[in-house]
Amino acid sequence: MPTSKQLLTSVQVARFVAQGFLRLDAVVPQEINRRAIATLTEGLPNVPYGTPLGGAFAEDVFVHELLALPVVAGAVQSLVGPGPTVDHHAVHVREPHGGQAQPLHADAIIDVRPDAFDIQLMYYPHEVTAKMGGTLSVPGSHLRRINETDIGRVQNLRGQTRLTCPAGTVILVHHGIWHGGRRNDTARRRYMYKLRLNPTVPQVRLWDTSDLHDPAVNAELETYFPWYEQAAARLEIYNRVLLWRALTGDDSFDVEYWVTRVSNRPALRSHA
Amino acid sequence: MRQQVLVLYLVTSAIDSEVVGWSRYDGTGRTSPTTGDSDEPPYPTGLAAMQDGWRLFQAAQLLPPQPGHEYDVSFLKHEFFFEKWEEGFRP
Repeated sequence: MPTSKQLLTSVQVARFVAQGFLRLDAVVPQEINRRAIATLTEGLPNVPYGTPLGGAFAEDVFVHELLALPVVAGAVQSLVGPGPTVDHHAVHVREPHGGQAQPLHADAIIDVRPDAFDIQLMYYPHEVTAKMGGTLSVPGSHLRRINETDIGRVQNLRGQTRLTCPAGTVILVHHGIWHGGRRNDTARRRYMYKLRLNPTVPQVRLWDTSDLHDPAVNAELETYFPWYEQAAARLEIYNRVLLWRALTGDDSFDVEYWVTRVSNRPALRSHA
Repeated sequence: MRQQVLVLYLVTSAIDSEVVGWSRYDGTGRTSPTTGDSDEPPYPTGLAAMQDGWRLFQAAQLLPPQPGHEYDVSFLKHEFFFEKWEEGFRP
């Protein structure tokens, strides 16, 4: 198995900053998918909070191989850096024709760190069809300051994603993304493995920055989503710019002058 | 009589502006709307819901941002509650 890591590009990281997730379709080989389903059926042992990822999983457990895939390892390192720790992991199973849709929520508790974020790796070892109730998520919701299910009153938003995906798909999400599991209306069990990772290093330029000044970076960061209110959409861009500045260490970066304009406070000067 | 509730989230504070989010709660028991059950809004605007017989009974207040939190984003701001009253249904 190749061990090199495929780091993300600046455009990909900018897309993550704008959308709150990064989707890697069908990147896990079928052999790992088969073993994963068997393991998820039996259940996985608990991993204590804060366990270094490098030693958290035995080599014969599918999670170890999953995280060693160059595309997955590179994406993880690009977002949370080398040596992250395991926050927790969980196996989500939706029984055939079972379960109710979860209310829309963000995981854990309200988390407004301006210069750090956790990622949650969501792994789907089998194809997820429309009727299997794949995870509902809301692109661009991760910077909204809400606490867990307080947003549960909201059932649908324009531009929401009702996940369908091929087997072996991995989605990395920002800790703040609004999401929820949906009802499984098929005769087949649906599995999803989730792993939350905490950074242990400053999350500054951890990816392949050779395209840092590509105009496509700006294009990603100024993306508007169909569910945004007209006025709040501008604040979304403002907050994204702050996060991009934190991730790049570039305090002069801006999109459409949104941050620069409202930060301009010329100092009074003595003319004596 | 049983109450049906329609919640619409609009793109501005104007009732005739476009719908960006929606929820349904059906007190008659005939339907069971839930999270993530549709990708298209039931009406294009709040006004269109009123024209279809929905009665507006609550609108989100316009509150100025708290000092120091002017740039924060959180819940959708422009939330409008509509209702219809229909004959009850015992499932």
